[in-house]
Amino acid sequence: MSSRPTIVTEPDLIFGKFTSDAIPFTDPIILPVMLIVALGGIGLVTMITKMGKWGYLWREWLTSVDHKRIGIMYVIVAAVMLVRGFSDALMMRAQQAMATASENGAGYLPAEHYDQIFTAHGTIMIFFVAMPLVIGLMNVVVPLQIGARDVAFPFLNSLSFWLFVVGALLVNVSLFVGEFAATGWLAYPPLSGIEYSPWVGVDYWLWALQISGIGTLLTGVNFFVTILRMRAPGMKLMQMPVFTWTSLCANVLIIISFPILTVTLLLLTLDRYFGTHFFTNDLGGNQMLYVNLIWAWGHPEVYILVLPAFGVFSEITATFSRKRLFGYTSLVWATVVIMFLAFVVWLHHFFTMGSGASVNAFFGIATMIISVPTGVKIFNWLFTMYKGRVEFTASMWWTLSFLFTFTIGGMTGVMLAIPAADFVLHNSLFLIAHFHNVIIGGAVFGYFAGFTYWFPKATGFMLDEKLGKLSCALWTIGFFVAFMPLYILGFNGMTRRLNYYDNPEWTYLLWVAAFGALIVLAGIIVQFYQGYVSIRDREINRDVTGDPWNARTLEWSTSSPPPFYNFATMPKIHDRDEHHYKKEHGMAYDVPKQYAPIHMPKNTWAGIVISGFSLIMGFAFVWHIWWMVILGVAGIFGSLVVYSFERNKDYYVPVDQIEPIEHAHLATVNPDGLREMQAQKQNFQA
Amino acid sequence: MTSTADHTVLEDTPGHDHEHHHDAGGDTVFGFWIYIMSDCLLFATLFATYAVLSGSFAGGITAKDLFDLKFVAAETALLLLSSFTFGMAMLYAHQHNMRGMITWLCITFALGAGFLCMEMYEFHHFSSMGATPQTSAYWSAFYTLVATHGLHVTAGMIWMLILFVHFYRDGFTNANLVRLACLSLFWHFLDIIWICVFSVVYLMGVM
Repeated sequence: MSSRPTIVTEPDLIFGKFTSDAIPFTDPIILPVMLIVALGGIGLVTMITKMGKWGYLWREWLTSVDHKRIGIMYVIVAAVMLVRGFSDALMMRAQQAMATASENGAGYLPAEHYDQIFTAHGTIMIFFVAMPLVIGLMNVVVPLQIGARDVAFPFLNSLSFWLFVVGALLVNVSLFVGEFAATGWLAYPPLSGIEYSPWVGVDYWLWALQISGIGTLLTGVNFFVTILRMRAPGMKLMQMPVFTWTSLCANVLIIISFPILTVTLLLLTLDRYFGTHFFTNDLGGNQMLYVNLIWAWGHPEVYILVLPAFGVFSEITATFSRKRLFGYTSLVWATVVIMFLAFVVWLHHFFTMGSGASVNAFFGIATMIISVPTGVKIFNWLFTMYKGRVEFTASMWWTLSFLFTFTIGGMTGVMLAIPAADFVLHNSLFLIAHFHNVIIGGAVFGYFAGFTYWFPKATGFMLDEKLGKLSCALWTIGFFVAFMPLYILGFNGMTRRLNYYDNPEWTYLLWVAAFGALIVLAGIIVQFYQGYVSIRDREINRDVTGDPWNARTLEWSTSSPPPFYNFATMPKIHDRDEHHYKKEHGMAYDVPKQYAPIHMPKNTWAGIVISGFSLIMGFAFVWHIWWMVILGVAGIFGSLVVYSFERNKDYYVPVDQIEPIEHAHLATVNPDGLREMQAQKQNFQA
Repeated sequence: MTSTADHTVLEDTPGHDHEHHHDAGGDTVFGFWIYIMSDCLLFATLFATYAVLSGSFAGGITAKDLFDLKFVAAETALLLLSSFTFGMAMLYAHQHNMRGMITWLCITFALGAGFLCMEMYEFHHFSSMGATPQTSAYWSAFYTLVATHGLHVTAGMIWMLILFVHFYRDGFTNANLVRLACLSLFWHFLDIIWICVFSVVYLMGVM
């Protein structure tokens, strides 16, 4: 990501558009980052080599098709990308705080660099932080909640993950090789067209999103099939845990909306690479078409992010209020209604385009209607807590903070849904404050709540509760200090994405916002420290029972972490809160009479290798290196064909392997039952 | 049909606990249906784009100037016929008749190839008449929509070739029958998309 003037050269046969100038060795901001990343990378590689862990990493993680491991890897990548995206945020806040025009110039960032930073911030936070956190949680939790042994298509799951990693890598490569888009996170043409963005920034954006987007689409299909076809015997749709329900709806949204993104990106790609005229200024191109298409994907995307978070809150509220969830049916229907309405509101992102009063009125009213099912959910959670014995754990802190924060964000959203008001507020910092209010206060707090809640399930030990609460407090306070000033600034007329302004009255509030961002930074540091402390003290914080919160749904009936096959015998479902029901009826940890071999998929190289070729292809497209494009495409299809001819993609886990694993867990949770069973067996044999 | 084939194979598997098993072949076909739905939306977006840009000739050459319905009718006939021949191949596959299946698939392949040749000829012809993807927004949308369908057909044909090898190597296994069922879905789906292309692009284009 460079601040130098754009370099445009005729593509070379060997190197394409790439020249040695493409690497910003002289940039005072990029160079230190480059050094740190290089040293860190070398350090990591050396450490793994010294410990001799490459084989282990390859066999157990990189090629893994186990949904729990893939979920954990999603969350790790998301954490790394959060650091990157948040650094961008800090740089922007610092720039705007210092950007009052004066004799010394404004701020410390050149305009071109600042534009790349806000583009990278938005792109990274949505695609490479929020999405992997949602999909990571789904991966860890959904198969366990429905009593399945894996997802429907384990290989595709691995492929989805690695395609997402390729997207993240491309965005990060753009920091050191070339530039990133300077267009804003949705890259509206004609600014993103070849005429106004002639170098490689927009191409990095296009290929990063295209490749990771295809991964997301595969995830959507995978989880849709998993949830509809692989539930444990007896689990009706209206008995599915709410997180599974919200995941199902989010995946429907993915299946419907991501093809639109694929096409939109493709059309912009064709404009840039082949000189077509979809969105150009001349020869009949239509930029309004792009804006419509990108938001026809973009608005459902918002609900892809937030619906699973609503599911998380539902699970947590019920567990820690020690009550059945209030109004399960209404909550499920509210989710389904939101899923449908998500497709009829996209135009509210551009009321000012000039679609006319009646069109704007339709979309304004449709948008306001969405607040009804959302309000239903808020009352579901409130009434679940009402007269419950609420336990204030860290995940409950996130939930309460969400209820408060998100409600404010929802209300400013209804304000923006009024077209007349939107004509004043659109493109202002009011809008920025609004969507951060719902995405941080709604979606992100939900992921953190879910992360805290299911962490012991995924890893086998608990996160430090005190540090979790501290981080929640810092995030919440930091959020308000950082974003409430932006509401005011928006009212006062400050538009978004300014790297420079000449109104000194704004300066003071921008310093307040920058200070708020620092408080959030403290919250993030505490989270990383929490991770460190919890791993260090893992022996003390072990979750031996597999049910540390005395929770209600099926995932808590397994050990923590669950065995790789999840369930040794298929659970039979009696109730919506199955694990709670079994505990009530004293059948939670029944010892099965016998075990049967379990059919499991084998790990495969194909996901990571195909994605490796996709990375080569994406990078080559960005730089117009055509021989390398051919290499990448041939590699992708070649590997797919080779994989399709492989035999023995699955195997049976023998009983001798299952029994010790199961007995180790049963010895903790039901020692009497286990002893009885073993005695019976011995009698029988004698 | 796949689920029955599936069960016969599964029951042969030693040490298999039927109650716990999960119908993987059925999942694949169902998952493929869902993929096709999403592909359908991909085409829907391209059709919407085409509709928005349907009058954007920028004062240049128009669709009416170039479209020849008789030519497109022949093209359409080839593709629709190939759907029928694929159906024949499926009938033979159900009977585990390798020769019949391969014969009909080869005919399907040839019809698909004929369709593609006609399409490429048409593109070449239009380009030489001065209507390239760079001519105007309309022609950008036309080429993108029709060529995306053509690329799908090409992919289907490559897939067919790979399936020949699969069947040659392993015969009528459950996995191969599931693959064939998916390809058959894909092929019929492309027919349906083509009917939309024919109606929306060509018929409405000359009206």
